[in-house]
Amino acid sequence: MTRFCYAHSLSLMPKSLFEKVWDAHAVRTLANGQTQLLIGTHLIHEVTSPQAFGMLRDLKLKVAMPHRTFATVDHIIPTDQLVEPYKDPLAQAMMDELRRSCAEFGITFFDRATGKQGIVHIVGPEQGITQPGTTIACGDSHTSTHGAFGAIAFGIGTTQIRDVLATQTIALGKLKVRRINVTGKLRPGVYAKDVILHIIRVLGVNGGTGFAYEYGGEVFDRMTMEERMTVCNMSIEGGARAGYVNPDETTFAYLKGRPYSPTGAAWDAAVARWKSFASDPGCRFDDVVNIAAADIAPTVTWGINPGQGIAITESIPDPAKTTAVDEKASIEEALAYMKLKPGAPIKGTKIDVAFIGSCTNGRLSDFQEVARFVKGRKVAKGVKAIAVPGSQIVALQCEKLGLDKILAEAGFEWRAAGCSMCLAMNPDKLIGDQLCASSSNRNFKGRQGSPTGRTLLMSPLMVAAAAVTGSVADAREVFAVN
Amino acid sequence: MALAKITSITGRAVCVPGNDIDTDRIIPARFMKCVTFDGLGEFLFHDVRKHADGSDKPHPLNEARFKGATILLSGANFGCGSSREHAPQAIQKYGFKAVVAENFAEIFFGNCTTLGIPCFEASREDIAKIAAAVEKDPKVEVVADVANQEIRFGGESVKAVVRASSRDALINGRWDAIGELLDGVGAMKSTAAKLPYLAA
Repeated sequence: MTRFCYAHSLSLMPKSLFEKVWDAHAVRTLANGQTQLLIGTHLIHEVTSPQAFGMLRDLKLKVAMPHRTFATVDHIIPTDQLVEPYKDPLAQAMMDELRRSCAEFGITFFDRATGKQGIVHIVGPEQGITQPGTTIACGDSHTSTHGAFGAIAFGIGTTQIRDVLATQTIALGKLKVRRINVTGKLRPGVYAKDVILHIIRVLGVNGGTGFAYEYGGEVFDRMTMEERMTVCNMSIEGGARAGYVNPDETTFAYLKGRPYSPTGAAWDAAVARWKSFASDPGCRFDDVVNIAAADIAPTVTWGINPGQGIAITESIPDPAKTTAVDEKASIEEALAYMKLKPGAPIKGTKIDVAFIGSCTNGRLSDFQEVARFVKGRKVAKGVKAIAVPGSQIVALQCEKLGLDKILAEAGFEWRAAGCSMCLAMNPDKLIGDQLCASSSNRNFKGRQGSPTGRTLLMSPLMVAAAAVTGSVADAREVFAVN
Repeated sequence: MALAKITSITGRAVCVPGNDIDTDRIIPARFMKCVTFDGLGEFLFHDVRKHADGSDKPHPLNEARFKGATILLSGANFGCGSSREHAPQAIQKYGFKAVVAENFAEIFFGNCTTLGIPCFEASREDIAKIAAAVEKDPKVEVVADVANQEIRFGGESVKAVVRASSRDALINGRWDAIGELLDGVGAMKSTAAKLPYLAA
């Protein structure tokens, strides 16, 4: 009886979603103390997987569960050339390699011909492959996106892709969990992107190392799935390998009727099961952070990491005004690269390029919001503006609503789906030291394809405001958002 | 699969200073257009080492006196950003066998361990001490000792932590987990059988 009571009390102990999902997928403890963790869903793309398939062939191994790996092509795909062979032979070689590997190992490939191709973190949710209570891994750090559904989702390296292919597991140490509450109501013109840029600014780019972030509070309760995805996407920018939101009715409504979602009686059973994964009231967190929604403003980065952000109404930091040695050095390094003036307002900074897209902000609602406000407006002279839908399905949804035309009339180039100028592995690149207002996720040196190119991260509507005025602007003023 | 037991690395060191050195800086994305990892070494830190015309920028890795270094020293949050294994692969293929930093980004750390590259965490002051010794005499022998968690150089010794799970994997020759993971495939199937979404 003692044993029974022990087990019973264990089951009554409140647990976080992270612990529940972890426990359900923990296969065994390895010799070095790490856990052999079952990866229920494995997503792959063309950049980080070819070497993994190569290792598999070298070791003469098979794929353990081919039906649990899903592939798409996103990083290298041109957004202005639909027909193969691509002009870039290296891009074509990667494409061919992925196609060959998927065929050889029996893996579902959302190739362009299927009409379901897109950025891997947009395709998974869109197809209903991303589900609550699951573990998801992908050779891409923005895999944290899928946590929006109450999954434990994280990026892995190529050798680990091999491990997942061969064994459907990886060796991993358990993460700690930090609950981040955002309470109250966001002000008009403040978006999910601003919420995560603000969180990273507050907690730092390495504040989340060793943690999974659980996002909660009224702001997240009210968010759509697309907004939750934007926040979870950039968890890694705060150093957190995973970030998630507990599943709720919003989650279930999004998943209902998607191609890989359960149907009929299985749907009801799945929803009941999904609900059971949500963090229990009173569960223990390793850390808790509270943020007031009212403190969050439209946020823009001025530096070379995503934590170097300020409210649109603030001025660029002045290294002379800080006594902290580290901070001073990092501001100096950032400003030297960004060629921005310390102490000057960020508002009014001239831009050369405007980019709307990426796994952070390349979904239907992003383009809807931009189209709603740029209708009848024009991109400023001298600004190159491109809008890149995150998937073929997003593109089609936008085109059905005529958003592509609104954007094109305003002067945006409407492109085909892919990662595009977020990391510029395709032909969409900055030239020289062009300054780009970007809805993407990283402002690292050289990130957008030119070793001297400069990136300012912001929400899609802030990118639109910069595009139409030709300089960094407060979207609330430009578009009379209230 | 018998793997080398990595208990210590002996060699020369070089310091690439700075905090938050991201994986885009370690290996810019355009060099990832490849289907193997071969040849990545020459592009390590490319954009901070080379001008557009291919000539050298001032950078520690471009200095002849640091050529042949096998231990890389750096600052805080080393390897942040992308999960690209191309970053540790480039570091390894360039010739580095260990990295010493204040701390590391999570995914990068795991990728390094899997490749048999020990990641040592040391205090800023201690890294500065090693860097100063290397600056004074680039030929000074540096021993990065995984088993004893210390870095020895020129008669000095500083504490440098290698996280327990990684240290165990390195010194016992099981840093590439594939053998152990394959042994657990049967157990994996039992776990999977309890999860409705994994039914074939």
